[in-house]
Amino acid sequence: MSNTVSISRVGAVAEDFRHKAIVFQDVAIAFEDKQVLNGISFELARGESKVLLGVAGSGKSTILKMALGLVKPDRGDINVLGYDVTSMKEEELFDLRRKVGIVFQESALFDSLTVEENVAYRLIEEGYIPADEVRQRVIEALRFVELEHTLELLPAELSGGMRRRVAIARAIITQPDVLLYDSPTAGLDPITSTRIIELIVKQRDVYKTSALLVTHRLQDAFIMASSYFDTETNQMLPVAEGSKRDVHTTFLILRDGKVIFDGTAPELVHSHDEYIREYIS
Amino acid sequence: MELYSPTEYLKGAVLAVQEYTLLAVRSIANLFRQPRYFADTIQQSDIIGVGSLPIVVLTGFFTGAVLALQTSSTLQQFGSLSLIGQLVSFSMVRELGPVLTGLMVAGRNASGMASELGSMQVTEQIDAMRALGTDPTKKLVTPRVVASVVMMFFLTIISDMLGVVGGFVMSFFVLGLDANQYWASSYQKLQYDDIEMGLVKPLLFGFVIATVGCYYGLTAKGGTQGVGRATTQAVVTASVLILLVDLLITRLLMVLT
Repeated sequence: MSNTVSISRVGAVAEDFRHKAIVFQDVAIAFEDKQVLNGISFELARGESKVLLGVAGSGKSTILKMALGLVKPDRGDINVLGYDVTSMKEEELFDLRRKVGIVFQESALFDSLTVEENVAYRLIEEGYIPADEVRQRVIEALRFVELEHTLELLPAELSGGMRRRVAIARAIITQPDVLLYDSPTAGLDPITSTRIIELIVKQRDVYKTSALLVTHRLQDAFIMASSYFDTETNQMLPVAEGSKRDVHTTFLILRDGKVIFDGTAPELVHSHDEYIREYIS
Repeated sequence: MELYSPTEYLKGAVLAVQEYTLLAVRSIANLFRQPRYFADTIQQSDIIGVGSLPIVVLTGFFTGAVLALQTSSTLQQFGSLSLIGQLVSFSMVRELGPVLTGLMVAGRNASGMASELGSMQVTEQIDAMRALGTDPTKKLVTPRVVASVVMMFFLTIISDMLGVVGGFVMSFFVLGLDANQYWASSYQKLQYDDIEMGLVKPLLFGFVIATVGCYYGLTAKGGTQGVGRATTQAVVTASVLILLVDLLITRLLMVLT
């Protein structure tokens, strides 16, 4: 009897996570004496992009690292693609990490490897993919970020924006189910920022990848929420006024270790919360 | 100046020992788990082994030479200058070869490992590696440990040999000793126990050098200053540990044999 119950429960959980990419439940973490996150809960649906907003030090990047098990929470449950990240050992997490791509704030490219080796890293680690196919896929990934001419260069020879784009290529080469972007536009000029947001929107609309995106730049978040990628013209276009097109983008705002807003762009704009109004003004 | 409470300091020290031990154990356990990084191990062997060759050759040679010179006056007082070959080979093989090679390789490679891994740590490259599905202890630590252990073994043999050659150069050209006498006494008096002690030590020293270097690198924090601090601490800790392990293993092997 107990077997039947546990099997049906496992089935229910699996069914549940077919529609959910990431679930945080009552997650808390403190660094030394500072309580950074204090009981946050949210869900990221499959195919949805969620923009994490909050002041510096509010724990946005920590959320991304916790989703990959790079940092363990003090309390709470984190579930990513059906994997219970909080209870898994480091050794067991590598399987999950292969299904999730991350773009770090400072790109974190391996500085002693060329662009080609950096982007190919995951494929080479898999071990069984022929060299020709690896190269082909690297060129495809770099073409996606329009950097296919930089194969032989070292990261130090690239500009900040180019490094960020190579990091995106490295994250998407295996077409992961979930992408985590940590401030991908921080410190970049508006034109390069928009270009990177365009790539993120392209990934969202063309490959329907679920994504968590941390940013300080509200305008980037609103561009994401008000644009779609047109595959015919191969460019990002604004969603027409009154259109019912769903851009699958939501916002989450953190304050003092808590989630104070989790909803869509129109809900954010019409929020009556004083802090949120000040934040988005 | 910031003051630390003694209990906090002790807690930190115990935690560091625990983390170091876990890393050391995992570096060995990884040998029995897939994937194994042969190419990285060969590359590290080249950096540690071939790269350290000049410094080890020079250290071995000059140590043997100065040992012969320093002891010659004492031996001469007892009319035992003919024993100089035995003394040099005995000292080099049992003690000076392994320890000086260990200290030289620690200075060169424990610092190199700590600074390389430390830079990777502070620029999030270690996190990126974990995020890309690679275990840094398998990819970075185990190849360095294997390379250090194997290369220390061979470097010590080279250092021992060059030390005996250095002793010969001094004995023959400066002290005027007969060449046959020197080589016969240096070779014949060496026992199996001496060789065993001389070749067990470098294996342990190689392990200490790589694990300490990698531990300080992987735990570096605080930007470039943190990397510098990690590098210095790695060399100091590895050197002190080499001397401590040397004392313990010498005593242990003397009791056992």
